[in-house]
Amino acid sequence: MGRGIVIEGLRKRYGKGDTAVDALRGVDMEVGPGEVVGLVGPSGSGKSTLLKCLGAVIEPSAGRMRLGGRVIYEDGWRVKDLRALRRDQLGFVFQAPYLLPFLDVTDNVALLPMLAGVPDAEARIRARELLEALDVGHRAAAMPARLSGGEQQRVAIARGLVNRPPVILADEPTAPLDSQRAMAVVRILNEMAARYETAIIVVTHDEKILPTFKRIYRIRDGVTHEEAGEGRPYA
Amino acid sequence: MISLAGRDILHGWGKFVFTGMGLGLLFGVTLVMAGVYRGMVADGEALLANTGADLWVVQRDTLGPYAEPSSLPGDTWRSVRLVPGVAEAAGATYSTMQLRQGRREVRAMLVGLAPGEPGRTPGWPPQLVAGRQLTRGHYEAVADLATGFRLGEAITLRGERYTVVGLTRRMVSASGDPMVFVPLKDAQAAQFRADGDAIRRGRRAAEADPAQNRPGNPAALQAALAAQGDGDTVNAVLVRLAPGADPDAAAESIRRWQRLTVYTREQMQDILVGKLIATSARQIGLFLVFLAAVCAAIVAFIIYTLTMDKIREIAVLKLLGTKNRSIAGMILQQALALGSIGFVVGTISASFSAPIFPKYVLVLPTDIATGLAAVLGLCTLASVAAIRAALAVDPAEAIGG
Repeated sequence: MGRGIVIEGLRKRYGKGDTAVDALRGVDMEVGPGEVVGLVGPSGSGKSTLLKCLGAVIEPSAGRMRLGGRVIYEDGWRVKDLRALRRDQLGFVFQAPYLLPFLDVTDNVALLPMLAGVPDAEARIRARELLEALDVGHRAAAMPARLSGGEQQRVAIARGLVNRPPVILADEPTAPLDSQRAMAVVRILNEMAARYETAIIVVTHDEKILPTFKRIYRIRDGVTHEEAGEGRPYA
Repeated sequence: MISLAGRDILHGWGKFVFTGMGLGLLFGVTLVMAGVYRGMVADGEALLANTGADLWVVQRDTLGPYAEPSSLPGDTWRSVRLVPGVAEAAGATYSTMQLRQGRREVRAMLVGLAPGEPGRTPGWPPQLVAGRQLTRGHYEAVADLATGFRLGEAITLRGERYTVVGLTRRMVSASGDPMVFVPLKDAQAAQFRADGDAIRRGRRAAEADPAQNRPGNPAALQAALAAQGDGDTVNAVLVRLAPGADPDAAAESIRRWQRLTVYTREQMQDILVGKLIATSARQIGLFLVFLAAVCAAIVAFIIYTLTMDKIREIAVLKLLGTKNRSIAGMILQQALALGSIGFVVGTISASFSAPIFPKYVLVLPTDIATGLAAVLGLCTLASVAAIRAALAVDPAEAIGG
């Protein structure tokens, strides 16, 4: 697998000695380009820890991670600049959109390529293309506070996609939305995954959207179990 | 690249502008305090410059006539005039008094001028803005505009009525009180001569004193009575030197032969600035330090609060790969913008409020430039806590759970 993400035997231990807690006990996971998988599990199962390890914001204790065919972690980070890794190789979509309230919709999306050194004009063109693709092009000049919850979440997805990362980590992206809007977000994620060959991992509790995944990883006590999803239509 | 700080400021411009205005008023007060000190120094310099004197001859071992009391015999000027290098010498009195004009009272420095003319006789006001100089020996006055007196008005001093015949501008004492010039004899009478009751009490005491009223020697009593209430005393002799004369040499000559204390202009300036207003300067300096600390604390609190308000956004920015430098720059720029608003508002408020103050407030361009540097420095310092807090934010906080 050239692009996408592969995780093998990933472990994360918090603390030392008698008080040590193993949050991840050997996670195996593989998400290919253009694929959207669900990651589900009860509270305290290790979902957030796994997401933080995948997002390169906390360091795993052991295991191996390959991103886009490149080993980024193997018993230690193999990448010097984790900030650049997050900016260029990973996209994030959060439970709440967390758009910057002082930037308009276009600049919220264009900020990432600008941070990566893309000229402002080009970054804005890229942002508007994505906003059009996500059906929020007409709100490109609006401030985030003027947008509905669904529109804000689509802008957040655009921000996650704008640098064309091989992997997007979506942390309960449908939690604040009603079922109709939640399904719309799932549809968009699948379309974008297909269009940009992006591997998308969706952490969710949302029973409404679970049947839409073709593959689901269940995590319990820090261990993942892969199972086939129903792959129902999400329209 | 987008200016995150600029966009954030524009987004919440009301909060920024009003906070900046509040800060500006505080900065304006700071600038006015500095201006009060500058005004005191300028008043002192104006006082010396306006006398036209090169040397001040005062009572031995005193810092007179402005910083300490000093009394000299009224005819001291005659002997001083004979010293080589001295072109003109004239006695002068200085006393701060309460003058009445109708029901109004004005605190002023009463200056007694020896007969002479402006430009030649030291002590005379060099220029008038209205009216004429003193020409009669009694009951005329030249007043500074700051007294509020007008030409032709009558003012009362120690029961005597004086007519204002001329007006000056910026003729003030070292403490900023406006000056009123009167003939020397009138000023001496106001300052030194005892009133009638005191003279009568003195006479009775002399007559009752066998040491002064000796039987068969009426001349002794006459001499004792003549010595009482003479009033021919001055506070200083002002000296104008001949062109090319060395002030230090002339001063040394007067010190040696007249057994008096003499100050050159530089020495007198040191006395005014270094001694007379030194306590006030220290007080103002301490105020400035406190005000600067208050300004810094306010900016620090505001910037810290503004940063904490968007800590989640900062976590998101960090997670998305924003460099620490960019986040620190955003906070610093906001602090500097706040300081700049405060500086502009403060400078404008200080400029408009300075003339309202009863004492001269002098705000120099260099003080404004120093103020700008201080404000920007304080804002930079004040943003440190907020920057540290922002940089300590874990990008993992952006991810739930």
